[in-house]
Amino acid sequence: MLHCDISATLQQQVRRAIECGVPLRIEGGNSKSFLGRETHGEILDVSAHRGIVEYDPRELVLTARSGTPLREVETALAEAGQMLAFEPPHFGDHATLGGTIACGLSGPRRPFCGSARDFVLGCKLINGKGEILRFGGQVIKNVAGYDVSRLMVGAYGTLGVLLEISLKVLPRPAASLTIVQECATAEAIGKMSRLLSQSMPVDGACYHAGHFYLRLSGSEQAVQHSYAHWGGEVMANPESFWHDLREHLLPFFGSGKPLYRVSVKPAIPPLEISGEWLLDWGGAQRWLLSDEPVASIRERVEGSGGHVTQFRGGDRDNDRFQQLAAPLLVLHQRLKSSFDPCRIFNPGRIYESL
Amino acid sequence: MPASEQEMSCGRGPHEDLIRSLKQMLPPESLLTDAEDMRPFECDGLSVYRRLPMVVVLPDTVDQIQSILRLCHTLQVPVVARGAGTGLSGGALPLSNGVLLSLAKFKRILNIDPENAMATLQPGVRNLAISDAVAKYGLYYAPDPSSQIACTIGGNVAENSGGVHCLKYGLTVHNILMLKVVTMEGELLTIGAETLDAPGYDLLALMSGSEGMLAVIVEVTVKLLPRPERAQVLLAAFDDVYKAGEGVGAVIAAGIIPAGLEMMDKLAIQAAEDFAHAGYPRDAEAILLCELDGTNAEVSEHILAVRKILQQSGATEVRTAASEAERQLFWKGRKSAFPAVGRISPDYYCMDGTIPRRQLPRVLRQISLWAEEYGLPVANVFHAGDGNLHPLILFDANRDGELARTEEFGQRILELCVEVGGSITGEHGVGVEKINQMCTQFKADELEQFHSVKSAFDPDWLLNPGKAVPTLQRCAEFGAMHVHHGQLPHPELERF
Repeated sequence: MLHCDISATLQQQVRRAIECGVPLRIEGGNSKSFLGRETHGEILDVSAHRGIVEYDPRELVLTARSGTPLREVETALAEAGQMLAFEPPHFGDHATLGGTIACGLSGPRRPFCGSARDFVLGCKLINGKGEILRFGGQVIKNVAGYDVSRLMVGAYGTLGVLLEISLKVLPRPAASLTIVQECATAEAIGKMSRLLSQSMPVDGACYHAGHFYLRLSGSEQAVQHSYAHWGGEVMANPESFWHDLREHLLPFFGSGKPLYRVSVKPAIPPLEISGEWLLDWGGAQRWLLSDEPVASIRERVEGSGGHVTQFRGGDRDNDRFQQLAAPLLVLHQRLKSSFDPCRIFNPGRIYESL
Repeated sequence: MPASEQEMSCGRGPHEDLIRSLKQMLPPESLLTDAEDMRPFECDGLSVYRRLPMVVVLPDTVDQIQSILRLCHTLQVPVVARGAGTGLSGGALPLSNGVLLSLAKFKRILNIDPENAMATLQPGVRNLAISDAVAKYGLYYAPDPSSQIACTIGGNVAENSGGVHCLKYGLTVHNILMLKVVTMEGELLTIGAETLDAPGYDLLALMSGSEGMLAVIVEVTVKLLPRPERAQVLLAAFDDVYKAGEGVGAVIAAGIIPAGLEMMDKLAIQAAEDFAHAGYPRDAEAILLCELDGTNAEVSEHILAVRKILQQSGATEVRTAASEAERQLFWKGRKSAFPAVGRISPDYYCMDGTIPRRQLPRVLRQISLWAEEYGLPVANVFHAGDGNLHPLILFDANRDGELARTEEFGQRILELCVEVGGSITGEHGVGVEKINQMCTQFKADELEQFHSVKSAFDPDWLLNPGKAVPTLQRCAEFGAMHVHHGQLPHPELERF
């Protein structure tokens, strides 16, 4: 396990970039560089800034440097019977903790256990003035000052360079079992919606190609009890299925067509957009492979109260995320300036003007 | 309106233009200018700080709120938003030259969507009323601050309120989906979405716990959870407070996340028992209340496991509530700990620090040393699962200098929390009460970053100014105070 604190070097690089007005492209394991808009700049490599700084399983808190490989974090947690409960996608062998948090992605457990941002407790970062700042902390409850740590989640590095992140971690469930049932899309959406009001140890629910997959996790008794309630076929090798779903390795994701992430209320009926669908997050995150024009997809999803992200494929010089209402964009611009007045961090990565 | 003492001291009378314009935009009953009418708004739950505002407005439409804020922005009049006024840190303390904006008329539940397990509420809906309204769908709203009968959802968001079930179900920030807010410039914004995430920055997180400094919350969409099939509580007694602390760590280490895990020390136990007759063992040095919830099968399995763990940690007695009535009684004792302590002492001062759980022995030991030094008894109530300590300092405000000594003692406790890696506030907020301790927890450039976040939302600093985040000048003055061992060098300065 490598331990290396290069925060002083990174700070110098940031300060030089500020002086010279050179934009920086922050890079960890380079596993998620396909997300968002194309951004140009000198590479600021944080991958050498690594190591778990503090981890006491009894506190349910882990603090690590941003360049720490996600795999290393997960291994350390697994050794103590714990996990990152938001089940982050890696999207590559070299994914780092920093990139995971900056992109704010969560896996199949998300609707049942919480998202990446839900588990962030604190962070240390370099802002656009070249200052090293700490926000939040290593305690589960903390309401001192604005919640800057969670603001960093999903900001794609446009507000600062993450140096250290403290996360709440949870015990791994004692038992888990996945059942598969055949049904139509609308029926699956109904089942998933009903899960929201049932006391049930569920931590995964998805639907694809006529099959509804339900993962039950918890104490041995609870899982068996819920299985008796649901019935259905027990999946033989569920770990690889959920892994491949999370990592976009299922055959569905290999088609080469543009991939859209459609975020909707879970009970919304199947959307009439031509293409191939895979429903995850109990129906709240729907993956769409489609050749329809992006504007038309956005319009129809927006009409049902949702939003669309162009995830893979398509033009990366245009908006990838749903556009913000004008006054909200102004607020985003002001916030960007408050953290990064010279606009040197990942300019344009989420929106052209940020 | 007769000029009050405060208005004279701050050197300005009521703002005639403001009142005239407010009268045009609001019906007469929505505008209070008479001192006696405004009296109920002079403080929140931290009643040692009181001040009358220049005017109280009670709008009942979002349009009115937008007009009020636009007007105040134009006239550069500060605004303090207020929910039910149950906050414990003085966050809703009015400004004598400002408008007190009460959201009390926004009491409607706008929509309940059981299919998507969410509800949309006006900010003045009471916390407990949400769970009551959705109970018929088998749902509830998880965060349950002790004041849940009275406190409102808008204030809960502004303070990022917690409760006894935070460890498992999170704080307010984890249980809301979308907000509608009005900025100081009068702009209505939608933050977050009815979906599980929204494009752009996570402003929902930024708004949570922002103590009315960034925008006024006018609508809240919350996430609802399925009511657990069963909840059961264990009561464990210990002859040593540190063993109880060990027991907490051992439960967590065994991979069990209780729905609630509360600890009380001897003084708190005795006060609560005398008050609520909950059946607590009066001779115990500490008790733990451990609530387990989930499916029937899961709860049964975990009760057995937790019982064994607590016995191994040295519990002298472990009891399971024999009935739902007894479970409620166990909780009643805990939830009434504050009023119970209020009965045994003329006054008490409630602290709200958080610490990494392993630091509990050190912090408790130091608190008891200081209690002797100051001659002020302390009852400790602890959200043990998430490290949130509520020491209650017992004092008598009528005794000369005792309030000042209590505050100094309290400040030292908070500074100790920061020193051991914790925070000055877990769930009550900074408000005016802990504003000086912010200087201990944050460096100057971190505070400056907060200031620029504030400016992004509210460039002229008109929303709740003087709360939550201190100016650097204030910290400099606070630093000077410390050199002089708590002797105020500038007693004329407003110190909150």
